[in-house]
Amino acid sequence: MNTMLIKIVDHVDLQEAYQYLQDPSAGGIDLFVGTVRNYAQGKDVVKLVFEAYAPMALKEMEKLAQAAQQQWPITKLVMLHAVGEKLIGEPVVIIGVASAHRDAAFTACRFLIDELKKTVPIWKKEYYQDNSVWVNAHP
Amino acid sequence: MEILLFGITRELVGQNTLTVPPEENLQTVAQLREWLHAHFPAMQKLSSLAIAVDSEYADDAQEIKPNQEIALIPPVSGG
Repeated sequence: MNTMLIKIVDHVDLQEAYQYLQDPSAGGIDLFVGTVRNYAQGKDVVKLVFEAYAPMALKEMEKLAQAAQQQWPITKLVMLHAVGEKLIGEPVVIIGVASAHRDAAFTACRFLIDELKKTVPIWKKEYYQDNSVWVNAHP
Repeated sequence: MEILLFGITRELVGQNTLTVPPEENLQTVAQLREWLHAHFPAMQKLSSLAIAVDSEYADDAQEIKPNQEIALIPPVSGG
């Protein structure tokens, strides 16, 4: 059975993620949605632009998904990340985990988003009123 | 050897890819890193700079061959 949905897309779709995660054996579905915040580095953010090294990003996300499946009893999981220009409030990443019980769903969901931020080759540039910065690029 | 560039490395070089002349004869990730630092000193100021070979993170000792896909991975910031 296909148990993971991992994609780099122009727009993440919460409905698609939820539909995919539904399963008769799942007693809990945990969804995390990361969105564009209006404030960073002490400045108003106008927009974000995301880019990915897609083939490697997908591979790295699959590794994380497999690591999660080995640690927790996961029925299905979803990792969707958007690329391109995103405005304030827009969703950019969706992590979803379906499991028999909520503990595993919560814990695995947290693991997947935390690790995604560390290893998956996706970059965001923050645009303010007067300049723009690649996030995390410099100490 | 052609190197894929992303994020801030693409802006530092001003192109989407970087071609290393074959006569540079780079054999390892460490040698490529040295060459990059010499030609693009601004890359030394980044928080980190990983190098991927065939879309896997590579360590400095790894050998590189001209037919492999090499990419620069500046600090990631997805999510």
